[in-house]
Amino acid sequence: MAVRPPSSPHTLGNNRTRNIMLQVLAATVPGIVLMTWFFGWGTLINILLAGSFAIAIEAAILRLRQRPVSFYLNDGSALVTAWLLALALPPYSPWWLVLVASGFAMVFGKHLYGGLGQNPFNPAMLGYAVVLVSFPLEMTSWPVWRGIEQLQPALTPTLGLLDGLQRAFTPGSLPADGWASATALDLLKNNTALTIDELRAAQPAFGSMAGRAWEWVALAWLAGGLFLLYKRVYSWHAPVGMLAALAVMSLLFWNGSGSASNGSPLLHLLGGATMLGAFFIVTDPVTCATSPRGRLVFGAGVGILVYVIRVWGNYPDAVAFAVLLMNLCAPTIDYYTTPRTYGHSKARRGLGKVDKP
Amino acid sequence: MSIILTAVLTLLVLALIFGAVLGYAAVRFRVEGDPIVEQINALLPQTQCGQCGHPGCKPYAEAIANGAPINKCPPGGETTIQALADLLDVEPLPLDGEHGEEKPPMVAYIREAECIGCTKCIQACPVDAILGAARQMHTVIVAECTGCDLCLEPCPVDCIDMLPLPVTIQNWRWDLPRPVTGSARGGAA
Amino acid sequence: MTAQPRIWDIPGGIHPPQNKAQSTARGLEQPPLPERLILPLLQHIGNRAEPLVKPGDRVLKGQVIATASGLFSCPVHAPTSGTVSALGPAPYPHASGLAEPAIIIDSDGEDRWIEAQPVADYRSLEPLALLDRIRDAGISGLGGAGFPTAPKLAARPDHRIDTLIINGAECEPYITSDDMTMRHRAPQIVAGIEVLMHILQPAQVLIGIEDNKPEAIAAMRAAAEQHPMQVVVIPTKYPSGGEKQLIQILTGKEVPSGGLPADIGLLCHNIGTALAVHDAVLLGRPMISRITTLTGAALARPTNVKALIGTPIQDLLSFAGLRPEQLYRLVMGGPMMGFTLPDSAAPIIKTSNCLLAATHDELPPPPPALPCIRCGLCAEACPAELLPQQLHWFALGKDHDQLQRHNLFDCIECGACAYVCPSSIPLVQYFRAGKAEIRAIEQQHSRAEQSRLRFEHRQQRLQREAEQRELERQARAEKAARAKAAREAQASRQQTETSPAAAPDLARIQSRKASTLSPEQKQLKVAAATARMALQRAQKQLAANPDNTDLQAQIPKLEQAFAEAQQAFEQATAQEAP
Repeated sequence: MAVRPPSSPHTLGNNRTRNIMLQVLAATVPGIVLMTWFFGWGTLINILLAGSFAIAIEAAILRLRQRPVSFYLNDGSALVTAWLLALALPPYSPWWLVLVASGFAMVFGKHLYGGLGQNPFNPAMLGYAVVLVSFPLEMTSWPVWRGIEQLQPALTPTLGLLDGLQRAFTPGSLPADGWASATALDLLKNNTALTIDELRAAQPAFGSMAGRAWEWVALAWLAGGLFLLYKRVYSWHAPVGMLAALAVMSLLFWNGSGSASNGSPLLHLLGGATMLGAFFIVTDPVTCATSPRGRLVFGAGVGILVYVIRVWGNYPDAVAFAVLLMNLCAPTIDYYTTPRTYGHSKARRGLGKVDKP
Repeated sequence: MSIILTAVLTLLVLALIFGAVLGYAAVRFRVEGDPIVEQINALLPQTQCGQCGHPGCKPYAEAIANGAPINKCPPGGETTIQALADLLDVEPLPLDGEHGEEKPPMVAYIREAECIGCTKCIQACPVDAILGAARQMHTVIVAECTGCDLCLEPCPVDCIDMLPLPVTIQNWRWDLPRPVTGSARGGAA
Repeated sequence: MTAQPRIWDIPGGIHPPQNKAQSTARGLEQPPLPERLILPLLQHIGNRAEPLVKPGDRVLKGQVIATASGLFSCPVHAPTSGTVSALGPAPYPHASGLAEPAIIIDSDGEDRWIEAQPVADYRSLEPLALLDRIRDAGISGLGGAGFPTAPKLAARPDHRIDTLIINGAECEPYITSDDMTMRHRAPQIVAGIEVLMHILQPAQVLIGIEDNKPEAIAAMRAAAEQHPMQVVVIPTKYPSGGEKQLIQILTGKEVPSGGLPADIGLLCHNIGTALAVHDAVLLGRPMISRITTLTGAALARPTNVKALIGTPIQDLLSFAGLRPEQLYRLVMGGPMMGFTLPDSAAPIIKTSNCLLAATHDELPPPPPALPCIRCGLCAEACPAELLPQQLHWFALGKDHDQLQRHNLFDCIECGACAYVCPSSIPLVQYFRAGKAEIRAIEQQHSRAEQSRLRFEHRQQRLQREAEQRELERQARAEKAARAKAAREAQASRQQTETSPAAAPDLARIQSRKASTLSPEQKQLKVAAATARMALQRAQKQLAANPDNTDLQAQIPKLEQAFAEAQQAFEQATAQEAP
């Protein structure tokens, strides 16, 4: 059996992993443009830092693991992980924060498990969760947006490139209370006295639908996600599952618009990292469930957990934790959502041992 | 004080009840015999070659049931060790090289020109796979030969060879593809 | 026009570029008679035929040269007149490149037919007689799988065929042989279908044709006009032409896993098979030719030919204008399910529907596989709704239980999953290797079971013989003891000494008794024998390779091991010797 002829099929389609990765990156461009418009160069600096760190770390690890470096770097997965991580981190995060996050994502999120395709946890979310828990101050310093100085003269947005670089590389030089403010979800969570309308009037962080400026960014993520759905880069099941579950939960537990309100569905859908999570994080194929039905369940689980942690948990935004928790469940979901194969009367589900024919 | 007494008495009564149930079940639903030896024997390749150090597969199965290591069977090879490990819920060990190496399936072949018809190989074959009689030609029934090579040694003229089974269209197989580029992950046949 | 009956859709499927236009421009051509024909004895699923001729025999066109052996076998006929020049292993069209026994005929150029015996009115014949005709004509399925047709048509008591499906879908890219057959032989195909209908008596007949073949659809519709059969046009999708998929499209039913279409009252035959049935029954001609597509960018004149079975592939390729310097890969079949041929010396056989002579750009070598990114596109493309991703993980990990739990054997190996895989993973090869391993292990188990039974029978036989010998020995011992007692009695009367002959007998019997061994001693004996065997083998190897220093170093160690084992055994037995 020494002869090894190539097996059929002898022709392959045009879809390649690298193209998928590049399309995903292309879909983030509208969001990046808006973020740069509103918040300055912070996002781009993040992306540059995260991208370089991730690629350098991955190259180092590949060499340690004695794998062909350029072959694996070229598939674009490290860049995508770093890019999405950079979008999730607050703009103008200190450079060492970006380094720690990317490092964790690459090492503990991906290569520890064997590289591309082997990791159970979403690497970007793993990196994010680690720095969120370790450096809460830096991770809750969200910058103010363009035009804030008209509403609150004490705050100044950082729109210049040099200022941005200074903030990223010499983090202590500008005190945070000059340029950071709480996000809409933050304020909602900590609100105990004002009704929603009063809160909106008092806090400029609220825009017309959700957080000011951030709502437009969320819509940009939505646009990017719809582009990827149109291009059939992934199926609709996971995003729709997440958004639908979140909407249903927020409808059920809305609790009116008084001081005890938990926020309208629109606020939840367009606030925080929901849209980014729905179209770019939950759809990561490696860590989500396998079958279409499984993905629907996975997305729904993420949506429910996001709501639960936001409303009854300790964090204002919870996409990272929700995704990581559902990553743990993904293999079990797979076992229980196998499709019915041709010629069988029903699907063989569950974890039982196979009965020998 | 009375509370403690009540508690102790209650637990005692419960223990008696459940003990009685378990005892009854142990007698009423008892499984006869020791089927584990049969199950182990079913996994062994039945070449009866003795390379494990036991005179046959059934004795080795009994030895395994009594705790002998599972990695002594070269004809069974890796697959058998893995299957035994799964059955007995122990760690699979690599094949013990002392007892031989895993070889591709072989069959014996008698060079008929040299055979003297002494029947020593017929007596040695554990599965009666050699056809012949005293002073008549001996030949190996290929379909029954397990490749145990116990017949080689008794032959006084050394006319038996062990040949690998020929590959034909009927038994040619696709190998697993080469593993992912550069990785040492197993799978290559 | 008859209304189109309802059709269903199959899940998954892909739309690869069709590449069919290249080979339909020249119609149906007739290649020149080859000088030499190679007729393998096995050209289908089943058993080899048994040759009836030997080298030197003269044969006529259509003469039987090998008979069917058993139920799943087909006879082989001479495709032209000539002389049998050899009988033995010859190149065979298979992915492995291994040779297969074949009959080689040198043609004499005259192409003289044996006398044909068409059936005058097949409707007057019993179906069984027609089945004999079909079997004797050597017809096996021409769709690609190649199941012998006669046993497939033979009715089982529990199988009642309601629907006969005729497969004219031809979903694979590049292949156009069924298309051209339908365009040019539609009336004959319909006549063949009628023979099949007479045998099976189905309630309805559906002819499935993909919509990328308008001329074929028109021709078949015209030919089937006044006949109780319907041409059903189905959307072009790969793999609609697979038997299970076509059944699902035309009837909405699914063939039960591990079962046959006949289990649900359906039977599916290729249009080429129907044509062969027409030739066999109505013209009295056995199956000696088929229509094959010759295509690929390395050919100057891609076309379809009515080729004799057994024609060497290189003859057909040169007829189609092969440019050898451009040929990168020669595939028998289509690009999705065909196999690569190592060279063009092999002949075409009954199942060869296409030869694809591809250039490097046309079928480039597969890119190196990336790890699986779990995108799930493979599961979306699978027409059997399997999870190819999971199957490949289990195949890699050799987890046979999980492979079977995920229904590996329901995979039809169509290749749609590997086609869409962005990481270029050769999924079909994983599944084939996994299936082969599972089958091999099952075969090993059944062989081991058989060996175990033989061993146990042998042990019982030896035990019986030992008991027999023991009984006889006891009888002899008693007899000897009685004789001895009688002699002693006589001696005591006659004052003579006991015969010295009895004592050695007793002594011999006693020493033989001592030769039964305890289990530990048996173990030591086996160990000594094993050590001796190993030593002798090493010595033999050393004799063959005298310069091997490893062996030279090993031999003293083995000698020592053997000496120790032998000593241990002797010590153990010596302790008990009287």
